[in-house]
Amino acid sequence: MTTLTINGKTIEAPGGTILEVSQANGIRIPTLCNHPALAPKGACRLCLVEVKGSRVLQPACTFPISEGMEVQTESPKVRAARKFVLELLLSDHPKDCMTCEMCGNCELQDLIYEYGVKETPFVGDHHEYPLDDRDPFILRDMEKCIHCRRCIRACDEIQAVNAITMINRGFRSKVATSFDTRLQDSNCVFCGQCISVCPTGALTEKDSHGQGRVWQTTKVTTTCPYCGVGCNFDLNIRDGKVVKVTSNWNNPVNKGALCVKGRFGWQFLHSPDRLTIPLMKSSLWKEHKGTEGAPSRYEGFVEADWETALDAVAKGLLTAKSEDGPDAVGILASAKCTNEENYLIQKLARREIGTNNIDHCARL
Amino acid sequence: MTNSIEDLAKAKAFLIIGSNTTEQHPIIGAGVKRAVRRGAKLIVADPRRIELARMSSLHLMQRPGSDIALLNGLCHVIIREGLYDKAFVADRTEGFEEMKAVVDKYTPAYVAEITGIPAEDIQAAARCYATSKPAAILYSMGITQHACGHATVMAIANLAMLCGNLGVEGGGVNPLRGQNNVQGACDMGGLPDVFPGYQKVADPILRAKMETAWGTPLSDKPGLTVVEMMNAAHTGKLKAMYIMGENPLVTDPDLNHVEEALKRLDFLVIQDIFFTETAALADVILPAAAFAEKDGTFSNTERRVQLVRKAVEPPGEAKPDWQIISAIAGRLAGDKGSWEYDSSAAIMAEAAAITPQYAGISHKRLENGGIQWPCPSADHPGTKILHLGKFSRGLGKFMAVESIPPAELPDAEYPLTLTTGRRLQHYHSGSMTHRVAGLNTLLPEERMEIHPADAEPLGLADGDMALIASRRGQVTARVQRTDRIKPGVVFMTFHFPETAVNLLTIAMLDPVAKIPEYKATAVRVTRVRS
Repeated sequence: MTTLTINGKTIEAPGGTILEVSQANGIRIPTLCNHPALAPKGACRLCLVEVKGSRVLQPACTFPISEGMEVQTESPKVRAARKFVLELLLSDHPKDCMTCEMCGNCELQDLIYEYGVKETPFVGDHHEYPLDDRDPFILRDMEKCIHCRRCIRACDEIQAVNAITMINRGFRSKVATSFDTRLQDSNCVFCGQCISVCPTGALTEKDSHGQGRVWQTTKVTTTCPYCGVGCNFDLNIRDGKVVKVTSNWNNPVNKGALCVKGRFGWQFLHSPDRLTIPLMKSSLWKEHKGTEGAPSRYEGFVEADWETALDAVAKGLLTAKSEDGPDAVGILASAKCTNEENYLIQKLARREIGTNNIDHCARL
Repeated sequence: MTNSIEDLAKAKAFLIIGSNTTEQHPIIGAGVKRAVRRGAKLIVADPRRIELARMSSLHLMQRPGSDIALLNGLCHVIIREGLYDKAFVADRTEGFEEMKAVVDKYTPAYVAEITGIPAEDIQAAARCYATSKPAAILYSMGITQHACGHATVMAIANLAMLCGNLGVEGGGVNPLRGQNNVQGACDMGGLPDVFPGYQKVADPILRAKMETAWGTPLSDKPGLTVVEMMNAAHTGKLKAMYIMGENPLVTDPDLNHVEEALKRLDFLVIQDIFFTETAALADVILPAAAFAEKDGTFSNTERRVQLVRKAVEPPGEAKPDWQIISAIAGRLAGDKGSWEYDSSAAIMAEAAAITPQYAGISHKRLENGGIQWPCPSADHPGTKILHLGKFSRGLGKFMAVESIPPAELPDAEYPLTLTTGRRLQHYHSGSMTHRVAGLNTLLPEERMEIHPADAEPLGLADGDMALIASRRGQVTARVQRTDRIKPGVVFMTFHFPETAVNLLTIAMLDPVAKIPEYKATAVRVTRVRS
């Protein structure tokens, strides 16, 4: 164990960086480039702290603790240095928080607020990039990029795709694909890991724009409906509709990572094509009710009430069973449905019909 | 999977066979890539140069349907060179000599002939797998969707046991399950021969247990599988079907036959979230809730049971499937009350009581995170790795298997082999993903992959339309010339109902697993003049 003091408080820790030990002990140090899912980078200089005996301020995210170390995380010198960094960042950042998609969920905005940076003393060139909306799902507003490189690191460290990197040098540096192409012309797989770690509004979910602020939405953690990996994610809900999927970092299966279908493939939920009312073949309805029934949008089918539809199902299955035996009925369960539903439908087949003709698309 | 997803990070080597992991299981695929970047070795066996092949130490491009020969060849080299785990074989397995006798003839030269893989690559792959420990085998439908799928899985298990890679972290035999809850649907008895928990319907003791639990006598006769049901409907033996959340008229093999079969039914019920191709043939269509509109659980490929939570209301009058099933069953049952469940959690409580692997699982426990079965009691933490120290049957049994060629081999009339699969951007019959605009932008239509060496004599340029015909049907698709695919093989997916590749596929089944052979169909390709 290593013993050190942070802000005068004696702390024992097995090792790690100043940032890790501080966080573990409830001491908050602001960061922009650091992210729990990524290796420390030391790019943003926001986490600077005072280490006694050290000539200059040190980045807490990369500086390892040592025996007897004395750290100050909130000294006037530290706060002044952080404010200076924020003033620099603000000098080349749009001030359109009113309409920015990330307003209220922006780590830069939170720090600008916390450090009371109202104006920036720095004047000079501003980056002017057009909004890059050439791709589906991922909207890139590079004027809002603070060069923390989280997106580049996520693409590299989590997804191992390396579709984006820093192109050019100096003031012209920019996060982009090689040759600044569309993402779809690169090896990008549209997993959106870059969006999930972006601290500002530089990378956002295109289809969610204007759909709801973070405080207007609620999050429900659930399991992805696509492949068998079983990733977890948070459905973001506003007014009874899903407006976005965001990473849930606490799950052991995917640890926040998602693929293009998991993160962006939710729109089918609110498709106008969803079935919303039971349907019966027109002739079957007439047989049951003696009327023509209410026409549906599907040719040959009328809209039915649940009672009639369920009665017709029961009658149809029982007729087959009574005329040709239980094995004249076949039932398909579903790998898309829940365990509980699969349990029930096989119980229905076995207990109520009396057949083991129950299978699903496991083989397909 | 015998092992866990998290576990894969500890593998020193991977053998990935019949799985395009980065497209079909992207999160596991990314994990493999990270491990390889850290220094793990990677052997990919696939007729296509899939993304993972690009970073592999060895890419073995086998002919579709020659996997058993390859796997036996690997065992042959490992035994011949004495690289196998002798202690593991002696202490934990049986049947080694019988297996050895069979793989004896699978010399690299003989295997090269069957698979088209150079003999030296087979030797190198064998040495790599045997000398990097632990080594994980990952496979998927590329292995199972053959008429010899069941035997190929045995051959995989032989290889893993031979090198002592079972019951160890970072090793294992890891089938990657295709759908979100295909594991759970099997666990819950959505199969014709077993009750929940893989308890055989033909076993009188297990059946008596279920009869007591459900209070009624039950059939001891194993039922029909999907493809067998279609055949029975075709011959008129099956009269009525109730299909929940499936679209066989796109996903099943030999679609002309499936369509005819479904039309011959007296009564067809479809329960789904969309008006699918299959729904058009139904007598009654019941609108169901989608995953975000109901509570329940899914079980993933590593046997982890996880909560599905209701976030929004179903549209219109649509209802969760469990409520619909209960309402139908209540009408069929003499005791209607026995089908009244007040929640999905109550159903899990009933299922867990009769499913040994789920005995300790409840929704309440899952609130704190998923649990991997087997979980035999409420205080059991779940099981990350199967076969630790002991196989479920005691000793691991080597099963000697011979190479079996595909049912339909290419000939003069149908000279190419079609193998089907999936792509990252779409999912199965597309009823969900075709309704996501951005996914359609990324992948708007089907493309048939063909090697330039095959395309050239047919006069096929990139982007041309081609007619692909098998003995059962034909489709047209746009051509993608690529050297990613082995000459003699063409690749298509089943994501696009308008390019219904399953019109071509053969309903030839594995004799044990009853899986259709989607991965090898003899076809003829011709250019369509525009």
